[in-house]
Amino acid sequence: MRPDRGSPPDHAARPPRQHAGGKDGFPAAAAAALQDSQLRHNLGKATTTIRAKRAQAVAEVPDWEQLRAAGAAIKAATMASLPEQLERLEASVTRAGGIVHWARDGAEAAAVVAEVARRHGTNEVIKVKSLATDEIDLNDRLDADGIHAIETDLAELINQLAGDWSSHILVPAIHRNRAEIRRLFERTIAAGRTLSDAPEALTEAARLHLREKFLSVPVAVSGANFAMADTGTVAVFESEGNGRMCTTLPRALVTVMGIEKVIPEWRDMEVFAQLLPRSSTAERLNPYTSFWTGVKSSHPPDGPQEFHLVLLDNGRTRVLADEVGRQALHCIRCSACLNVCPVYSRVGGQAYGSIYPGPIGAILTPQLRGLDQAPTLPWASSLCGACFEACPVRIDIPTVLVHLRGRVVREVGSERSEKAAMEGVARVFASQRRYEAAQKLARLGRGPLNKLGTVAPGVSSWTKMRDLPEVPTQTFREWWRSRPPSTAATGPEPPGGETLS
Amino acid sequence: MPRAALFITCFNDTLFPGVGRSTVALLERLGVDVDFPEAQTCCGQMHSNSGYQLEAVPLARRFVRVFAAAEAIVCPSASCAGMVREAYPRLASFAGDDELAREAAEIIPRVYELTEYLVDVLGVDDVGASFPHRVTYHPTCHSLRALHVGDRPLRLLRAVRGIDLVELPEARECCGFGGTFAVKNADTSIAMLSDKLRHVLDTRAEVCTAADASCLMHIGGALRRGRSGTRTAHLAEILAAQE
Repeated sequence: MRPDRGSPPDHAARPPRQHAGGKDGFPAAAAAALQDSQLRHNLGKATTTIRAKRAQAVAEVPDWEQLRAAGAAIKAATMASLPEQLERLEASVTRAGGIVHWARDGAEAAAVVAEVARRHGTNEVIKVKSLATDEIDLNDRLDADGIHAIETDLAELINQLAGDWSSHILVPAIHRNRAEIRRLFERTIAAGRTLSDAPEALTEAARLHLREKFLSVPVAVSGANFAMADTGTVAVFESEGNGRMCTTLPRALVTVMGIEKVIPEWRDMEVFAQLLPRSSTAERLNPYTSFWTGVKSSHPPDGPQEFHLVLLDNGRTRVLADEVGRQALHCIRCSACLNVCPVYSRVGGQAYGSIYPGPIGAILTPQLRGLDQAPTLPWASSLCGACFEACPVRIDIPTVLVHLRGRVVREVGSERSEKAAMEGVARVFASQRRYEAAQKLARLGRGPLNKLGTVAPGVSSWTKMRDLPEVPTQTFREWWRSRPPSTAATGPEPPGGETLS
Repeated sequence: MPRAALFITCFNDTLFPGVGRSTVALLERLGVDVDFPEAQTCCGQMHSNSGYQLEAVPLARRFVRVFAAAEAIVCPSASCAGMVREAYPRLASFAGDDELAREAAEIIPRVYELTEYLVDVLGVDDVGASFPHRVTYHPTCHSLRALHVGDRPLRLLRAVRGIDLVELPEARECCGFGGTFAVKNADTSIAMLSDKLRHVLDTRAEVCTAADASCLMHIGGALRRGRSGTRTAHLAEILAAQE
């Protein structure tokens, strides 16, 4: 390993990403992750802490519910007029001296970045943490063009050095603890030095490594949290100051932004600037919030002299076409839904096979990539509703999950045995006579109600940990019919003896 | 005399008839004239939540007709009551069925989860029950976050004679049942269940109770498998008890 801090660190090659497609998809990846006690411990601790902090930060705001409603309304109105808002944004950015590019997919977006880097004669770009660029594997695409993208967010840097995938929208290395990070740094950017597990020591090592890059690399790449159509202003919310460095020091800045990040008016920021920090990091005020509008014409030059805004589709117009599913595009990437999710907080982010994990990932990934590419993700939820309760823009994730399950069943297909069982039981429930006959058969361990136990992977996965209840000798309706007619008139009878267990 | 039609749910009807018997005993003790429309089968929740909306729509149509005339529709299951209240309008819009939408809108204000009916309609906290056992209450996800029953179950439980009610740690977290989730994502479901069991056992309760027999089947099945000595009982069974 190289001890010098000047050249790009040897970052490990990443293993292939967990595959969200195929019928084994999420359940198999989750099963493996659940056995990782270090991961369970790290995640459990982190999500419990942030959950409690967020609840407190939200409780302080008396009009939180009105803010949520306002956020949802602004996003819904924006989606309903998206083409118009994007054209307004293009006009304002152009007026302010920026250059707007429209990219259908990752290849087109990466080509813009590569062209800017080449024109500035650099084979390195520095990056602000950005989900849109991770979604399109921008770093790998640039690598193929001989350009090295340097992540400057601490957690992104950790994952890049470790050759690891992100496991959280906001805290991409949430699955790592400090001791693991110290060992990683001692192998890479701080080779030859001995560090401690103290946060100050770890961030110091990262700062020493990154500072030189901020001062020397001429091109930066960022994402955008918001872009205001009326003024052409782009906003990045971050906590480390690395984003501020990237958006001010280099000569050229390329922002790659999903088209759904546009908001109509500057004044809409009032709502989101309150919702986002409290929901994501439980902070009252976001530590570093950068706004920029095109390029500055001041003398001497201050800030980037060249600004490119890449408007990325990459499946978003397809999501927009689904009237129920499109609310997934309202997401402001706060990650509150991940932190409160009982599934995410146990299996971690990598099992979702996407840069967007957790509940929002379960509705976004299948829609962005196509349902056949991630057919198990809509089932990666117990529909407990904690995500909807936490979402600052009121995305009704459980409803979208159920909607997408239906689309998967109808458009991609389901296991033949499952489909047959479901159709059979639906016929039983359609008739009182058939239903009562099936209840009698169930008592004998037969018939369509019993077949439900064969819904893949079936009854054996139930009895791995739980006993099955015995089917009682009398249904409720049989008891009801057997009651003496006077019972109701003369008063109650004691409840039946058996309880549920 | 208040009249209520019992929406028993196919699950209780077939697997946990004691929940239905207790609900009837409880309501009649409180002076309610209970009716049981025998044409009822299933509300369609399993189909709807598993992606079989096409199969759920006829069940929703059947349900709204069976219960159309009821003064109040009372259900000892938060998730099935929630299905009717939350999902029927969406199913109607999915099917483009205006009549279903109209019929659903008409009955939805009369659909009550059991504790809602007791507290809001009958106006009672003390139902005259006696249950001298150590009990912990698990608020199921649908009672908490779909129906927003709030503290109604706890108010009812606190008034039970002889009960030793102990708070469940991390009570609001899902037990991991989730219908077909429990079989389709069995490993994750089990991981969630393990934590729920740990919290239940930490309370040293004899009985874990909840508003949904389905979640209790999941929790109770594991308590029994582990020979834990803790059992489950539906809220209705405790509120009907006069031990």
